Amino acid sequence: MEELLSLFIRSIFIENMALAFFLGMCTFLAISKKIDAALGLGIAVIVVLTITVPVNNLIYKYLLADGALAWAGFPGVDLSFLGLLSYIGVIAAIVQILEMFLDKFVPALYNALGVFLPLITVNCAILGASLFMVERDYDFTESVVFGAGSGVGWALAIVALAGIREKLKYSDVPDGLQGLGITFVIVGLMSLGFMSFGGIDL
Amino acid sequence: MALRKMLDDMEHHFTEGGRFQNWYALYEAVDTIFYSPGSVTRSTAHVRDGIDLKRIMITVWFATFPAMFYGMYNLGFQATDAMAVAGGSVEGWRGWLIETFGGYDASSLWHCFWYGAVFFLPIYAVTFVVGGFWEVLFAMKRGHEVNEGFFVTSILFALICPPDVPLWQVAMGISFGVVVGKEVFGGTGKNFLNPALTGRAFLYFAYPAQLSGDTVWVAVDGYTAATPLSIVASDGMAALSSQMSWMDAFMGAIPGSIGETSTLMILIGGAILLATRIASWRIVAGVFLGMFALSTLFNLVGSDTNPAFAMPWYWHLVTGGFAFGMIFMATDPVSAAMTNGGKWAFGILIGLMTVLIRVVNPAFPEGIMLAILFANLFAPLMDHFVVQANIKRRLARV
Repeated sequence: MEELLSLFIRSIFIENMALAFFLGMCTFLAISKKIDAALGLGIAVIVVLTITVPVNNLIYKYLLADGALAWAGFPGVDLSFLGLLSYIGVIAAIVQILEMFLDKFVPALYNALGVFLPLITVNCAILGASLFMVERDYDFTESVVFGAGSGVGWALAIVALAGIREKLKYSDVPDGLQGLGITFVIVGLMSLGFMSFGGIDL
Repeated sequence: MALRKMLDDMEHHFTEGGRFQNWYALYEAVDTIFYSPGSVTRSTAHVRDGIDLKRIMITVWFATFPAMFYGMYNLGFQATDAMAVAGGSVEGWRGWLIETFGGYDASSLWHCFWYGAVFFLPIYAVTFVVGGFWEVLFAMKRGHEVNEGFFVTSILFALICPPDVPLWQVAMGISFGVVVGKEVFGGTGKNFLNPALTGRAFLYFAYPAQLSGDTVWVAVDGYTAATPLSIVASDGMAALSSQMSWMDAFMGAIPGSIGETSTLMILIGGAILLATRIASWRIVAGVFLGMFALSTLFNLVGSDTNPAFAMPWYWHLVTGGFAFGMIFMATDPVSAAMTNGGKWAFGILIGLMTVLIRVVNPAFPEGIMLAILFANLFAPLMDHFVVQANIKRRLARV
């Protein structure tokens, strides 16, 4: 239990997807103008990550890993080269389902997220979490916790960024830096703040 | 009034079409140091108050003086005290200055003070000149005013440097703090991180060898003196109390960054800021409460492997930069939360994070700098939710 809790905390703060690994940057920068939209996207990412990482974990463990097909009578088969393809497929399918669900039940959020909801499919934070799961050899429970934690961390970062950008509406940024330029500067400074967790060994 | 007349006579050179119109920011800065600006609000609904941004900033600047003067004395005292045992002297121009006008006698008030001044004043001068250069350059190019906010940034930055810091690193740090921490956003009031802390954090991560460790806290070459926090982190509370009493730490006779050692002097400055309502008491109280709560919790939980768990709150208060950060850094009105509820949350988050980093994170013995930067990131969000909650509550009343 304690191990799972520390994994959760670690994936939120110390190994923050956005600010420590700089994954999922395109959506991170694009949907962070308004706090409400950022919050919605953050929740969507939490949901997608919490589902896809464990599902990919099962697929890896029972279909793709070296010797995983032993239950079907093929102990010598190693399909792990199909990993990238299958993970992305799973992610795309789940995002599609989520999109239909939002369209039906939460149309306001669906409209706010617009084209970026389908783009979650290619959000590298999502694929990155699945690849980290494989690389670090998490079991099923760990991958649920890791998926949720990474999602919460990413959501926290994007909501904080949106807060800062709303505050900076009143700032007077030099012409050349306006828009994305200053956002990159902000994200860099944010990860300076998140350095406070660097080195904590849970 | 002769001064007023002199300034008025000069003004036409600096306004549109004058010979020095590019330098208007400098003229305006000098003018408003001596006189209140003549501009008034043209439309309705405004608050009249004698205190403006410049007066606020100058008050903060003066409030750091007790800590600054004591810090200079203590810098000299720590160094000469160490020399009395280990011997040695200072090389180069600093040594020449110290030997010509003072000496190495730890019991002499003047010798200690002069020694400290020879180390602190160059740091402050470099901070002021380099940072001021960026400030004026941006003011001239971008057409905003030179602002006393920089007085505060510069003194705070200089006071949180270790005594031994090389001067070129001071220049690097303040440049980063002023340009990336503040001016790219449009100057004072438009940034979201405390510029002094941004510069300090940049230095900390860029040059850890000169900004942390045990050799930098006393201005004597090669002399090692651990700060109270690193003693606790490695050897526990017993080792700390055998080396210094709580009173020593409270009065400030301990090694550390220049301005942060004396809790008493910082609290004197803090009293001025709180009495004039420049610093928000909610933030100060929040920081204290957060620190108190988490350190007491750690005391109760205890740990066999980590001696810092046993550090009680009153030691957290007097060691490291806690008091300095609580009074001068966390209360920066620009980067802190603006709403009352937000201020409490902001303060408590800083207090919690400080103790968390000090106790749990083995990489950094001191945590208040990063804790404040971290809380700065979430300050706009806290304000947003406080405002939303307020809107919701009032809508329900309609």
